[in-house]
Amino acid sequence: MAMTRTETKARAGLDAETLRLMYRHMLRSRLLDERLWVLNRQGRAPFWISAEGHEAVQVAFGMNLKPKYDWVAPYYRDLALTLVLGMTPKDHILSVLQRAADPNSGGRQMPAHYGCRRLNIITTGSPVGTQLLHATGIALASRMRGEDAVTLTSIGEGGTSEGDFHEAMNFAAIHKLAVIFLVENNGFAISVPWQKQMPTEDVADRAKGYGIPGVIVDGCDAIACYRTAREAVKRARRGDGPTLVEAKVLRLTSHSSDDDQRRYRTAADLEADKERDSLHRFKATLEELGVLHQGDAEEMRSELVLELDRATEEAEVSPFPSADTAMLHVYSETGD
Amino acid sequence: MPQKSYIEAIRDGIREEMRRDERVMILGEDVGAKGGVFGVTEGLQKEFGEWRVLDSPLAESLIVGVAIGAAMNGLRPIAEIQFQDFIMPAVDQIISEAAKIRYRSNGDWNVPMVLRSPFGGGVHGALYHSQSIEAIFAHIPGLRVVVPSNPYDAKGMIVAALRDPDPVLYFEHKRCYRAIKGEVPDGEYTVPLDRARVVREGQDIAIFSYGMMVHASLEAGDRLAADGFSCEVVDLRSLRPIDRTAIVASASKCGKVLIVQEANLAVSVASEVAAIIAEDCFDSLDAPVMRLGGPEIPAMPFSPPLEQFYLVTPDKVEAKLRELAAY
Ligand SMILES: Cc1ncc(C[n+]2csc(CCOP(=O)(O)OP(=O)(O)O)c2C)c(N)n1
Repeated sequence: MAMTRTETKARAGLDAETLRLMYRHMLRSRLLDERLWVLNRQGRAPFWISAEGHEAVQVAFGMNLKPKYDWVAPYYRDLALTLVLGMTPKDHILSVLQRAADPNSGGRQMPAHYGCRRLNIITTGSPVGTQLLHATGIALASRMRGEDAVTLTSIGEGGTSEGDFHEAMNFAAIHKLAVIFLVENNGFAISVPWQKQMPTEDVADRAKGYGIPGVIVDGCDAIACYRTAREAVKRARRGDGPTLVEAKVLRLTSHSSDDDQRRYRTAADLEADKERDSLHRFKATLEELGVLHQGDAEEMRSELVLELDRATEEAEVSPFPSADTAMLHVYSETGD
Repeated sequence: MPQKSYIEAIRDGIREEMRRDERVMILGEDVGAKGGVFGVTEGLQKEFGEWRVLDSPLAESLIVGVAIGAAMNGLRPIAEIQFQDFIMPAVDQIISEAAKIRYRSNGDWNVPMVLRSPFGGGVHGALYHSQSIEAIFAHIPGLRVVVPSNPYDAKGMIVAALRDPDPVLYFEHKRCYRAIKGEVPDGEYTVPLDRARVVREGQDIAIFSYGMMVHASLEAGDRLAADGFSCEVVDLRSLRPIDRTAIVASASKCGKVLIVQEANLAVSVASEVAAIIAEDCFDSLDAPVMRLGGPEIPAMPFSPPLEQFYLVTPDKVEAKLRELAAY
C-alpha cells in the first residue's frame, strides 16, 4: 500500500520495524519504572528516581549509538537509555533492592547511578554536572587514538548552571570532539522552576557562545527525537564536533521518592503534563500510521510485564553484599 | 519549656533572627517553596519573601561566592548547601576566599556569612548523601566549624553564628533532624561558638564526640553505668576552634579516653583531639587514647550490610568502652 506524503514525513524515513522497536523500548522503560515505584512504596526499595516523561529522547539516542563502541556518561534519569544500550530490567531491580549482583555498583550506590563497564557506560556519582567533563575527556581519548567513537552525555537543565557545563562545552568545542551534550529539560530542578535557573528559556541558545549547533527538540515527539539524535550522532562521527541538544521533556513524577511535587506544582500543571505524555502520543501516531495494529501494544505490554515479573522474582532471591566486602576496591586488589 | 525537634530549633533560630535583623537572608537550592529538601526553611519564604529566601540556581560555587559578596556589602547571608557531599564545587570559595579575606586584607574586609549544610549517614543515602567531611574545613584557619548535637544548642548556635563577624560553617547531622528532641526556650539566647559542653559527668572514661555521635556515646555510656563504670560525655560542639581547655580537663580527670566520630579516622577531628591529649595530658593517662570512627573507605555504601558496616552504633561504642574499661 502506497503511503501518503504526511505519513512519509511523520515517519522520517523510518521503517515500521524501527518505529515498533522504538515504542517497545519506551514502553519497557515505563513499565520497569512503574515497577520500581511499586517496590519503593512497598518499602522494599528505599529510593527511586524516575525517567517517566524522558523516555523518547533517551530511546532515540540509544538506538542511534553503537553499543559497546560508543561511550555514554549518563545522569540519573537515563533508565530508558541504559535499557536500549543493553542493560536489563533485572540489572536495575537488583540495584533498587541493593543486591551484590547489581552491575551498576554492586549495591554500593543509590539506584539510578548508572554504570556498566561492558557497555561503555561509565560509572556516575551524585554530584550534578561532573559527567560532562568525563565525557569530554573520553571523547578526547577517542580522538587521540583516531577512533570515530561518539560520546553521549546528558544532564538536566538545572545541572547546566554548574560551572562544569561551561568548562566541558568550551573544551569540546575548541577541539571539535565527538561528544553530544544532551540536556533533558523538564523545567524543574527538584522544586526550582527553569525561570529561577536561567534567564532565557532555551539552554540550546548557549551553543552559540561556543560556536557549535544548539538544537531544540520536542522530547514528547519520539520521531522528531529520533531524527535529531541521528543527525547529532552523524555529525559527531564525521568529526564535525559537538552538538548541544536540548530536549523539552516532562517530569511526570516527583523529583524522587523523597519528594512530593504537589507542594510546589499546581494540579492543573500536573494534569496537563499527563496529557502530553510521549508514550501515549507515540502509540496513537503509530496506530494512525498502521505500524501498530489493534492489540499489538497490549501484546507487547503483557510480554514485557512477564519479563518484569521474572526479573523481580530472580532479583529478590539474589543475595545482599556481605559486610566484609565493604573494604574492597579502595585501591587495586591485584596491583594492576 | 517547649519540647522541639532539632530541625524546628534551627528553623526557630533562623526565623527569630530574620525578624530581628533584616540583613539576614537565605540563599540555596530549593530553600523557597519547598522549604529545603529536609524542611529546615519551611515557611520562611512565605514570611520573608522571595528576596530574603532566595532559590538559587543549581550551582554551589555561586551560592557561596554570592553569599561572600553579599556579606562584604552589608548582608548576613545564610548559604545553604543541600548536602555536605555537594559542597565540593564551593570549596574554592570557602577555603580560598571566605577563610582568607580578613587575613589577606589586613583586617579591612570580613565575611559574616553562615554556611549551613546537613551531613552524616544512616539514612540510606549512599556515597553522596552520607558523608562527614567536616575535617576538611576544621583544618582551615579563618573558618569556624560548629556541629550542634541537640535542639537547645542548634537554636543558640545558629543565632550566635548569624551574629559572628566571620564565616561560620554550621553542620547539621541529618539523623538529628527529627530523631532528637529537647527543651528549647522561646525567644532570644545564644550559645557560644567555641566551647565544648560536658553533657554527662563521669569519673572513669571521658568520651569526646559531636553531632549524632554524642547520642550514641550517651547510650553506650548508660550501658556501662549498669556495670559500675561512669563515663563523662563531652560534646565538642565546635570543631574549629576546638575547646582545648575542656578536652584537657575531662581527659585528665578520667585518665581514659575514647573519641567517637562518624567520619573515618585518618587526619580527622579525632586525630586532633588525640594529639591535644597526648601533648597536655601525658601524666594523667591510664590507658592509650582510643578512637572509634568510620572505616578508611571513600564513603558510606548503600546496601544495608555495607551501610551497617560503616556506621558507628551504640553497640560499637559500647564494645570499645569495655575494651578501655578492661585496660
Ligand atoms: C552538585 C550537586 N548539587 C546538588 C545536588 C542535589 N540535587 C540532585 S538532583 C538536583 C536537581 C537536578 O535538576 P536538573 O538538573 O534539572 O535535573 P532533573 O532532576 O530535573 O532531571 C539537585 C539539586 C547534587 N546531586 N549535586
